[in-house]
Amino acid sequence: MENKPAVTWPTNGVDQVPYGIYTDPALFEQEMHRIFEGDGWAYVGLEAEIPEAGDYLVTLIGRRSVVIARDQQGDIHGFVNRCAHRGVKLCRQNRGNTRFFVCPYHQWSYDAQGNLRGVPFIKGVKGKGGMPEDFERAEHNLPKLAITRQNGVIFASFAAEPPAFEAYLGETNFRYFNRVFDGRPLQLLGYSRQLIPGNWKLMFENIKDPYHASLLHVFLVTFGLFRADQDSQVQMDDSGAHALLISRRGEQKKSDATTDMANLREDFELQDRRLLDPVKEFPDDATVVMQTIWPNLIVQQQSNTLALRQIRPRHAGAFELAWTFFGYADDDEEMTRRRLRQGNLMSAAGLVSADDSEVIKLAQDGISEYPDHTGVVQMGGRGTENENHMVTETAVRAFYAHYRKVMGL
Amino acid sequence: MSLDSARQRQLEALYDRYAELLDDGPLEDWPALFEEECDYRVIPRDNHDQGLPMAIIRCESRGMLMDRVRSVQETIMHEPRYLRHQITNIRGTGRADGGIDAVAHYLVVEVLPDRLPQILSVGRYLSRVVEDGGDLRFAGMRVVYDSVLVPNSIVYPL
Ligand SMILES: [Fe+2]
Repeated sequence: MENKPAVTWPTNGVDQVPYGIYTDPALFEQEMHRIFEGDGWAYVGLEAEIPEAGDYLVTLIGRRSVVIARDQQGDIHGFVNRCAHRGVKLCRQNRGNTRFFVCPYHQWSYDAQGNLRGVPFIKGVKGKGGMPEDFERAEHNLPKLAITRQNGVIFASFAAEPPAFEAYLGETNFRYFNRVFDGRPLQLLGYSRQLIPGNWKLMFENIKDPYHASLLHVFLVTFGLFRADQDSQVQMDDSGAHALLISRRGEQKKSDATTDMANLREDFELQDRRLLDPVKEFPDDATVVMQTIWPNLIVQQQSNTLALRQIRPRHAGAFELAWTFFGYADDDEEMTRRRLRQGNLMSAAGLVSADDSEVIKLAQDGISEYPDHTGVVQMGGRGTENENHMVTETAVRAFYAHYRKVMGL
Repeated sequence: MSLDSARQRQLEALYDRYAELLDDGPLEDWPALFEEECDYRVIPRDNHDQGLPMAIIRCESRGMLMDRVRSVQETIMHEPRYLRHQITNIRGTGRADGGIDAVAHYLVVEVLPDRLPQILSVGRYLSRVVEDGGDLRFAGMRVVYDSVLVPNSIVYPL
């Protein structure tokens, strides 16, 4: 019998959030089914990670391990990482190249489409044993995922008929997705993974919340990379599931927008300025675009550092954040170095992003001691409209409007 | 070419000092263990083994190391913590140019408020060491950590 979540929403609105949604284990189980195995498209990897026929990668959708494989024709398939026989994990490495996925236990083998191709001793040995007469190999293929590819990025879904990807993102979010993924071949630069002791939704909230960015991130503000006084937009799709924070760089000086920030380091000058050496590379004048895509992806463009951050929930109180850093195949050496240097800001040891992982832990610590209480999400009002400033939590509210619908809360 | 015992002791003393400065400070003295022109990277073993260049910390000069130190001290919001480095298996090989290629194992234990100690990172230091004005200094160091997954955040250099 399934345990019932003990969480109720305090109001009809989304300007208050009950802390139980970050701590309740039964609600977490429901989230894994309804959100991660629901109608959405979950990010699973880059085509640049599996460029050759036979290449595969293993990733997680929610807590489910899945294999993304490229077959001999170059098509990409997804299936569960679990042998149909006795449930053994098929792939023990996160990357590789193979024609057949062979279970280590009884050596059942599957092709790159997840179809069962071989069962040892299927007819028995010397007339003894073997599978029953009515055993049909085709009935024991691995459960398959729907796959869609958008300019080098691979998404998968457990849904039988997921929506078209463009319709899923909505017009504005699709347009901005294609701003970074414009069709140029991508170059994989590497990975970084963190186990963050907080609820997975806190990560989405964090990236959907520009209010904190000009206060918490002293490094960003000190060097003018993100400031509350710059031209900015917060834009959601119609559902509220996905969001964009779009902004521009400013200067290293005090202003109205920084007087509320007591610890701005106006006197902090870099000893090596190469650490921050951003160049314009996109046609518009935005210098930072942070996109959140339901249910598991953050697309990061901060100056010249480009990364995908995949959210992998572990349990109500912890998630893994798996980063994939990339550039473009046509980047020159100088541009690649610039991206790698700016990676100092955004990673498991990021001069900026460490503020977020640290504060998410503190949020979970505080919340889990008072799960019956409620948080306030009222900066910039109570609504869920798009905004043209950074002093707002509208995208957090929009996220919870969608969340409540999906979860029936 | 293996090191003579005096050189080996000198190399071990460099790592002792390295651990002491990171664990007990003063942190701002730590960059002086590196050459002005240097290359310090903290990189997951997955990336290192696959030839992927992304490092989670990448400092290309002593100045950039200082910038990291100052950020840890003044800009990064983080819980207070104690670190304790264990550095073992230090092996140096002499290079034709007079420098040393060194490999060492490390284990860093982290203590957060109200928590039991936990292993923050385990891996290898792959270093190039040179003599500069009678002292040994790091010209380059790759901190290759074995688990790509790290517990929450790496705030201090490893
Ligand atoms: Fe942040």
